[in-house]
Amino acid sequence: MFAVLQFPGSNDDRDMHFAMKSVLGADARLVWHAESELPAGTRAVLLPGGFSYGDYLRCGAMARFSPVMGAVRRFAEAGGPVLGTCNGFQVLCEAGLLPGVLRRNRDLHFVCEFVHVRVEQAAPPFTSRARAGQVLRLPVKHGEGAYTASAADLEQLEANGQVVLRYCDAEGRVGGAANPNGALHDIAGIRNPAGNVFGLMPHPEHAVEGRIGGLDGALLLGSLLDFVRAGGAAR
Amino acid sequence: MSAPGERPVDLALAREHGLTDEEWARILEILGRAPSWSELGVFSVMWSEHCSYKSSKCHLRKLPTRGEHVLQGPGENAGAVAIGDGLAVVFKIESHNHPSFIEPKQGAATGVGGILRDVFTMGARPIASLDSIRFGPLDDPKHQQLLRGVVDGIGYYGNCVGVATVGGETSFHECYRGNILVNAFNLGVVEADRIFLANASGIGNPVIYAGSKTGRDGIHGASLLASAEFDETTEQKRPTVQVGDPFTEKCLIEACLELMRGDDVVGIQDMGAAGLTCSSFEMASRAGTGIEMDLDRVPRRAANLTPYELLLSESQERMLLVARAGRERAVCEVFERWGLDAVVVGRVTGDGRMRVRFHGETVVDIPVDPVAASSPELDRPAREPSELRERQKLDLASVAPEEDPAAALLALLDDPNFGSKAWIWRQYDQLVQGNTILGPGGDAALVRVKREDGTPTRKALALSVDCNPRYCWLDPRAGTIAAVAEAARNVACTGARPLALTNCLNFGNPEKPEIMWQLREAIAGLGEAAAALGTPVVSGNVSLYNETHGVPIHPTPTVAMVGLLEPWESHAVSHFTAEGHAIVLLGECREELGGSAWLALRRGLEAGLPPRVDLEHERRLHRLLARLVREGRLVTAHDVSDGGLALALAECCFGGADDVGAELSLPGGLRPDALLFGESTGRVIAAAPDAAPILAAAREERVPARVVGRTAGARLRIAADGSAPWIDEPVARLRAVFERALPRRLAASGAGAEARA
Repeated sequence: MFAVLQFPGSNDDRDMHFAMKSVLGADARLVWHAESELPAGTRAVLLPGGFSYGDYLRCGAMARFSPVMGAVRRFAEAGGPVLGTCNGFQVLCEAGLLPGVLRRNRDLHFVCEFVHVRVEQAAPPFTSRARAGQVLRLPVKHGEGAYTASAADLEQLEANGQVVLRYCDAEGRVGGAANPNGALHDIAGIRNPAGNVFGLMPHPEHAVEGRIGGLDGALLLGSLLDFVRAGGAAR
Repeated sequence: MSAPGERPVDLALAREHGLTDEEWARILEILGRAPSWSELGVFSVMWSEHCSYKSSKCHLRKLPTRGEHVLQGPGENAGAVAIGDGLAVVFKIESHNHPSFIEPKQGAATGVGGILRDVFTMGARPIASLDSIRFGPLDDPKHQQLLRGVVDGIGYYGNCVGVATVGGETSFHECYRGNILVNAFNLGVVEADRIFLANASGIGNPVIYAGSKTGRDGIHGASLLASAEFDETTEQKRPTVQVGDPFTEKCLIEACLELMRGDDVVGIQDMGAAGLTCSSFEMASRAGTGIEMDLDRVPRRAANLTPYELLLSESQERMLLVARAGRERAVCEVFERWGLDAVVVGRVTGDGRMRVRFHGETVVDIPVDPVAASSPELDRPAREPSELRERQKLDLASVAPEEDPAAALLALLDDPNFGSKAWIWRQYDQLVQGNTILGPGGDAALVRVKREDGTPTRKALALSVDCNPRYCWLDPRAGTIAAVAEAARNVACTGARPLALTNCLNFGNPEKPEIMWQLREAIAGLGEAAAALGTPVVSGNVSLYNETHGVPIHPTPTVAMVGLLEPWESHAVSHFTAEGHAIVLLGECREELGGSAWLALRRGLEAGLPPRVDLEHERRLHRLLARLVREGRLVTAHDVSDGGLALALAECCFGGADDVGAELSLPGGLRPDALLFGESTGRVIAAAPDAAPILAAAREERVPARVVGRTAGARLRIAADGSAPWIDEPVARLRAVFERALPRRLAASGAGAEARA
């Protein structure tokens, strides 16, 4: 069962649930932030986009204190796969499950557009359906998406192969205007050293239906589905 | 019954509240005594132009509002239209002009918040927003800041609340230098048998206040700010602007929709203009009941609020509900789970009076009906502006022909009115809820419908908001007809059938007979077009007093059209998609340059009569487009409107992700500038691999159609019957000019941000 967390102010929670359940055919359930345990049978946790608690403080800074986040931490420490998109990525960083932070976009504007990202690591549990170097077309929509980390953290991310997605142009060239928010090292998505916690700014749940947003998001969410169906990371 | 410390209430105080001497006399008559201070406040907001529609009511009544698919016409929070299979859409457009001029970010943000509440109040989940925004010239730094602020406010609220902004329109004109326009549209989806109304019925039922706490913000926003012209005191009215909290609104949406899935709610209304006063009076009036309320129970965020302030505050994100007796606790618990206040503040009574207590004392005791339903109604004098006939005169023979058509096209593309609005809409979440088939930038947005449980349907809604204020200034009736026709044509270009419309009538001071004449003519045109196209008017809003120092805006009757496309999988797009497609022009080109963008931009003239509209032709065109899309014969359909054929063709070439060139040979006969830039209505550029089925269907539907060219190469080349090309430009160049029109003008005033955009 895929647990889609629902914080007050989550906006893409229903969309993530729809993508997993109605489009990909997974068993998915919305889980309210005030729960202190994940439902029995949870095999993966998804933190959706939105504006948890309005994001009037630093994005995700409030949600990390939600009761459910204790359970998510235990789940992750036990090796369970955890995926956070957009605000979910911000929450994972604030909770210390991923290094770094998401800062205000370079041009200070909210940005909603389709961008290209290059898959840097094609491996379970999140990118097994893609191949390394493959260029995906996915939407971003955020005001605070510029990934930032200390030089030491960045070095470690690169050395360990923890950078999963990088902004690029349609041909896969990284750099310059292809980066929509000023993220360091053009980082669009990273994972933790163990590889079971993945955060990304783009929205795969909005690219699963072909005629609405394309199909590239299904490569990422489908990879996770394959992993769970293959019995990965039993608790 | 004046409370201690209150001012004596007399005619002078009534005048300060914007009431007339006649209205003061009527108040004395209704009450049989002088009103209390709080009561005076109640009368002043309820009888304000903004809340009572006193100047427009007698004209609005003539609009066509019924149709077999109309479930709810004007008079409720929003209109509702059936879309089949037990589903309905709820929609409305509303202005937030005055507040947005004074405080652009919060003014626009609360405009979005207010229209969302009008929609979810009826039980519908808001799924898509549009905005029609208008400013003074963009070389004025003040208007650059207003544009930034308004866009920031729309994004701030809409993005956070999780409702996609899928389209809209933006224009710039001298007439908005003293009064900008911010009109916000929202549409929601609901099960047709689960529509909730704003009724306070069931004597003894509890009246519940839910949402944000009450503060001092927005007092007299509706009555004093929105119901008077601007002058040098306007800046002092900043405290009448409300402050928005989209996070609370998001929680309020979820809590209300959760509650409305059950049967505990009897009636519900948002506290918008005139806050607690307007919502309680309107709910009681619709049900023919009364309400008694205890202000001591109202949640508040400021100390020492007076009853006057509690009644008139326009603090945002608040709802008033009538619940089934005995279910108070269950209702309040849902709000509490979403972190919101909810308290029982009163009961429904059967005596038709509004009784409000504060500190144990009665501060308001007024019969409901004379204040709400039977509010004053004025048939104000109307007179055609004396200079109108002069304005309408245009001798084309004396207008020098366009010497450089390519330069004219580039000038249009570089004009902020026609240049790309991507700088604006990339700041809006266009995708949340996962239904956006076509987003901003085309003729109409197209949004897929899901049921509340998430089940996708094959229905999609096409949405467009339109008005050409120059046409309306030259001829308000013809201009409004053109606005309805264009909005419907935009919707039809996706393949959708236009269903119904909502409107926002933005005008100057109705106390002037010339303005009243414009308003009356526009409403007549609205009714004529809506009836002819079979698209009833199901909701709307009137914004008057858009004047500063006696200078009014151009009449701006904004029309938002909703259409239905089913199944949505085969829809047309408004740009060329591939080389080798035949280009077919539907409709006829006439020598119509009156009121055109070309005439204004290239000859500095705003004159003549707007292009005429043949509503029967428009209807045939709708049928033809729907049929061609249904039969899979149409790839591209793009409306030709202001800027004419040349601009529309350029938009087709660079409107998609990849540029597509085109070679056109237009029919001769007209002067070239009229052919390229004339604005004859009822025209659509169609394209598909095969022209024959389009021509055959057009013949059957009696729509003029002719092949005018093919998509090919990387240039836009327009010639007439064998002549040397009038326009021969690389599409990439056209696109570059188009894309820089807005950013290059904003770069100077921004924090260097646009230079990198």
